[in-house]
Amino acid sequence: MPVALRTLKAGVFLVCLLPLARLVYLGVAGGLGANPIEFVTRSTGTWALAGLMVTLSVTPLRRLTGLAGLIRYRRMLGLFAFFYACLHFVAYVWLDQFFDPAAIARDIVKRPFVTVGFAAFILLVPLAATSSHAMMRRLGRRWQQLHRLIYLIALLGVVHYLWLVKKDLTEPLIYGGVLALLLALRLPYCGKRFVQAGSSAMQRRP
Amino acid sequence: MLIRHPNDIAPSEITPPEIYRERRRFMQDVGALAAGAVLGISPVAEAGTKLAGVRASAYRLDEDRTPYKDVTTYNNFYEFGTGKGDPSENAGSLKTRPWTVAVEGEVANPRTYDIDALLKLAPLEERVYRMRCVEGWSMVIPWVGFPLNELIRRAAPTGNARYVEFVTLNDPEQMPGLRRRILNWPYLEGLRLDEAMHPLAILAVGLYGEVLPNQNGAPIRLVVPWKYGFKSAKSIVKIRFVEKPPVTTWMAAAPREYGFYSNVNPEVDHPRWSQAKERRIGELSKRDTLMFNGYGAQVAQLYRGMDLQKFF
Repeated sequence: MPVALRTLKAGVFLVCLLPLARLVYLGVAGGLGANPIEFVTRSTGTWALAGLMVTLSVTPLRRLTGLAGLIRYRRMLGLFAFFYACLHFVAYVWLDQFFDPAAIARDIVKRPFVTVGFAAFILLVPLAATSSHAMMRRLGRRWQQLHRLIYLIALLGVVHYLWLVKKDLTEPLIYGGVLALLLALRLPYCGKRFVQAGSSAMQRRP
Repeated sequence: MLIRHPNDIAPSEITPPEIYRERRRFMQDVGALAAGAVLGISPVAEAGTKLAGVRASAYRLDEDRTPYKDVTTYNNFYEFGTGKGDPSENAGSLKTRPWTVAVEGEVANPRTYDIDALLKLAPLEERVYRMRCVEGWSMVIPWVGFPLNELIRRAAPTGNARYVEFVTLNDPEQMPGLRRRILNWPYLEGLRLDEAMHPLAILAVGLYGEVLPNQNGAPIRLVVPWKYGFKSAKSIVKIRFVEKPPVTTWMAAAPREYGFYSNVNPEVDHPRWSQAKERRIGELSKRDTLMFNGYGAQVAQLYRGMDLQKFF
């Protein structure tokens, strides 16, 4: 990998750590508000969902811009989404439920928003586990089939958010809209139009 | 619940205010006095001003009070935005003077009170209550106010008055959250007349011995400690006595999730989350939620014979 690209990748890596750095900073500075556990749980969940959206935008962006190199960042972005989902899960199990297995089991079975959130997290595990080059080679075509699960996971993530909100659905609906757009761009017709628009925009450049 | 007998300790002695607040209040007092001297007005309306003549009451709790900062920065008051920090950031635009509260409907003595007349309606007392939000968190708040039944007795409800409806201010100029129709504005709440007459139900005009901050429902709000927090309507402009049970704002928004009674009840879950436990703001692990928020000994008889799963 050229040095410039490696530096860029390191930069993206550091940017992905910013949400965590912010939480640590706020925690140390006493800036997490009156309900810090809720703050941490919400924040890590939000970044897990945002991470999924960013990961899903790599392919459309690559098609639009023609920058094939963007694919190099996809694995890292996906793993960061998983990383924040893990933090979110740990915040729930540890800070929210205090490792009470009975309460957690009850929650997962009884609360639809916890059920779908938990399902999304569990489905992420095999994707993270098979993210290496070696696994990619070993699984061959089945790797891609398996990794299409991310569409379902992102959808479950949005539903998880929609169902936990008391009344103001604005934010979960924004995520839903972004996801709908990212998925629509993958449909053959929309995708083609999108690429055409992208390439003609490129050509118009002076 | 632990109820101690009233004593003659001033609320200021029960609640040693933190030093930074003392300093801030001093600056405010100096500023308010200077402004008052120039303009010839009393500085009483300002949030943070000490309320005079507040008596201690029998309603005290042997539980730590939630810090003033948390009580005044972590709020649900959708008229100022749906985020917990929105009310404290946006409620500065609320003007609490002049302010009137109309008492009307099925009463012998309808009357529109000026807020300053309401403040003198009955002796102000401190009531330290638990506040349990339907979202699963709770606080302990030293309110200042007077029993709602003091106002009701003066209004003299007729035989037709079975319910009391509370209406919150509906002015998008002062309340930016009203510009979005997240709920049916104005915010409406209601109580059965016997609930409203219960000595635990108060109209609060202050907290921590001081004038109520805008984000906590200034200048006057309801506090019904055995019900979920949203029942305690804020910034009230109208109290109406009616024959039929009012359709409250949250009932209209989600009838399956919010009932008319909305008594704190660990055995009746919200359809989407459990109500068995709560997080006391400032504590790490959750506590068990108490039936009627711990006020069962006083209020359970109001609901004798009722199926609380059905009348949630």
